[in-house]
Amino acid sequence: MTSGAVIAGEQAADGGGQRTGEPAGPVPITLAKALNLGLRSAMAADPKVIVMGEDVGTLGGVFRVTDGLLKEFGEARVIDTPLAESAIVGTAIGLAMRGYRPVCEIQFDGFVYPAFDQIVSQLAKLHYRSAGRIRLPVTIRIPFGGGIGAVEHHSESPEAYFCHTAGLKVVACSNPADAHQMIQQAIRSDDPVIFLEPKRRYWEKAVVDPGSLGEPSPDATGGLHSSAVARAGTDATLVGYGPTVRTCLDAAEVSAADDGRSLEVVDLRSLSPLDLEPVLASVRRTGRLVVVHEAPSNVSVSAEVAARVTEQAFYSLEAPVLRVTGFDTPYPPARLEDHYLPDVDRILDAVDRSFGY
Amino acid sequence: MRGVAELMQLLTPGGHRITVASRARTTELAESPTATCDSRSDPPRGAGLPAAGPGNGPGGGEPTIVDIDLPVYVADLTDDELFGLYRDMVLVRRMDEEATSLQRQGELGLWASLRGQEAAQVGSGRALGPDDMAFPSYREHGVAWCRGVDPAAVLAIFRGVNLGGWDPAEHGFALYSIVVGAQTLHATGYAMGMAQDRSPGAAIVYFGDGASSEGDVNEAFGWASVFAVPLVFFCQNNQWAISEPARRQSRTEIFHRAAGFGFPSVRVDGNDVLACLAVTRWALATARAGRGPVLVEAVTYRMGAHTTADDPTRYRSSAELEAWHRRDPLDRIRTHLAARGLLAQERDRRLALETDTFAHELRARCTAMPDPDPTSLFDHVQVTENGLVAAQRSAFAATLDPGET
Ligand SMILES: Cc1ncc(C[n+]2csc(CCOP(=O)(O)OP(=O)(O)O)c2C)c(N)n1
Ligand SMILES: [Mg+2]
Repeated sequence: MTSGAVIAGEQAADGGGQRTGEPAGPVPITLAKALNLGLRSAMAADPKVIVMGEDVGTLGGVFRVTDGLLKEFGEARVIDTPLAESAIVGTAIGLAMRGYRPVCEIQFDGFVYPAFDQIVSQLAKLHYRSAGRIRLPVTIRIPFGGGIGAVEHHSESPEAYFCHTAGLKVVACSNPADAHQMIQQAIRSDDPVIFLEPKRRYWEKAVVDPGSLGEPSPDATGGLHSSAVARAGTDATLVGYGPTVRTCLDAAEVSAADDGRSLEVVDLRSLSPLDLEPVLASVRRTGRLVVVHEAPSNVSVSAEVAARVTEQAFYSLEAPVLRVTGFDTPYPPARLEDHYLPDVDRILDAVDRSFGY
Repeated sequence: MRGVAELMQLLTPGGHRITVASRARTTELAESPTATCDSRSDPPRGAGLPAAGPGNGPGGGEPTIVDIDLPVYVADLTDDELFGLYRDMVLVRRMDEEATSLQRQGELGLWASLRGQEAAQVGSGRALGPDDMAFPSYREHGVAWCRGVDPAAVLAIFRGVNLGGWDPAEHGFALYSIVVGAQTLHATGYAMGMAQDRSPGAAIVYFGDGASSEGDVNEAFGWASVFAVPLVFFCQNNQWAISEPARRQSRTEIFHRAAGFGFPSVRVDGNDVLACLAVTRWALATARAGRGPVLVEAVTYRMGAHTTADDPTRYRSSAELEAWHRRDPLDRIRTHLAARGLLAQERDRRLALETDTFAHELRARCTAMPDPDPTSLFDHVQVTENGLVAAQRSAFAATLDPGET
């Protein structure tokens, strides 16, 4: 987690604009609520920020992440769009060219593909094509990942497609404090950001320190693209992002209790660009690395991490970089998803294998 | 069948159920509020629509639907067949109720209710023949029923045991499409193939008012029109796309859109099962005869939540719900059957018994569905063997307890 988290408790959220000095002090808030508060701060701070997507207005989004924004900021800034993802991103590009900062919501991961051309061929490339004249500060929020027992197309991990595309930044938050801060940083970014939200962690709560809410920092996106050590350890390194950070932390807990091993957990936070310094530093100490994500392994974020760590810390490695990922199959029906998703057992198996070298 | 005309009058008070996008009648119809379905008060926008049917010159020779005697399309219905439509609707509603309660009890992960859309689905579904092919969205449980798909197979998807448990070719019923609108292009391509093969059938594709905004749907309209494919676009305008009202998708009536793409369209009272049957039979006949696609907009209402995960009290009024409750398609057909003396106590009692048994068996079969074999998640990724998947399968199988496979 980066420093200077700027968070309000529930009272501040519901109190209509009062941000600091709440007598009740910090209360735990969910990741979804943290995003909601972050969006609210970003909208309050900059009248050019607009939120658009399917069901984001009256309903407040299917996960309620945009709850209350329509009431507070009005229809011109919180737009219930027609049901058309390509149009959501395509029009966001036009709005950005007019000086707006659109925050698009894609309702579920599996529904971003109709917008693929607008993201990959248009949004990602216009800055380059215009020799820097055009800036597209567009944030695309996508609830991603599985584990909620959903029907098809509601549990996917599409990050690799976007990481593979030059011109896009891709980040994934894993906890309420980061969610709150990262969404504001993403919105301030002058580059387009794919903002991945771990939907099965939306309801996880954490106490987040109260403080100045959403004051722009000198470096507008300061810290957005840094990874962070989520748990310190000495024997092996686990790397995760989004929903698997919690799984890695649970695995480290179990490993400490059962095997007496001290596992370090690094939360990547930014998938493109990657900040591998904390990972390399960790691997130089532990010599062992296991990378964990829900997406399939083939040409994935873990493939990139493994390649770069092998290039940059080869002589520190005691074992090959191992990966615990979704399988290279379509996301399976809900009754099989527990087998598909990386869990504590699979992570600890990989750790054992690493120690077996 | 005698008396169909009066019967349709009875089902739709005033008999005003259809408007047609055609050069000949548009202006007249647009100016006549009684010519539009009574569920919408706004007069249609956009006069001056082009001629119906692809390739028509000005004032083209294609008949418009107002020239067509719709009752003729249901004139052959026997009393038993009429009662059969009612039976379909009753059973399908019961399936829906059972599924909703199974979801509440944790037996299904989710359920998308078709309550309120039984007439649109049974009417259109029963218009289909064995050579026809239907492409559903995710709410077409009533059409699935008409195509002989086992209701338990539909529940299986929502239980999360598979992603589509029937053979599309066997039933003439494609897999559900959750990605809104995608299936309209599949239907268009399928119909292109049917035309090339000189198939005696036609295709029909189901989609919603929300879906009508997707690029895929508009691309399908263009292709189907240009290639004059044998396809019926069947839009169930149930007034809502989750929390967004139909007017957020379109400033014109949805059925008017076909005109811009150059093919005919019809709006039908989607809560009138006979009107839906008649219109779909006509549309299919047009398509099968090689006159290109037709768009049918069935005006209906999603009486339940979007899915069991939705809370419609956040976005729609109880007054609206109440107004549509009075147009419940099941009440409509019951009223009609009663008026024709076809609701004899004995028959009604037998249907009630059949419905209870059906629901009971469906529930039992659903709760008895085992979780799939874990290694099956590696099956059918591709036709040809994929080394990576095969290696993952073996490694995975080795981790399973003996009892698990
Ligand atoms: C491409 C795509 N975007 C978003 C969704 C999420 N979603 C599921 S149903 C729905 C509304 C569909 O409305 P409509 O087409 O009117 O069909 P209805 O649900 O009313 O039957 C939305 C937005 C989706 N399934 N697919
Ligand atoms: Mg709808």
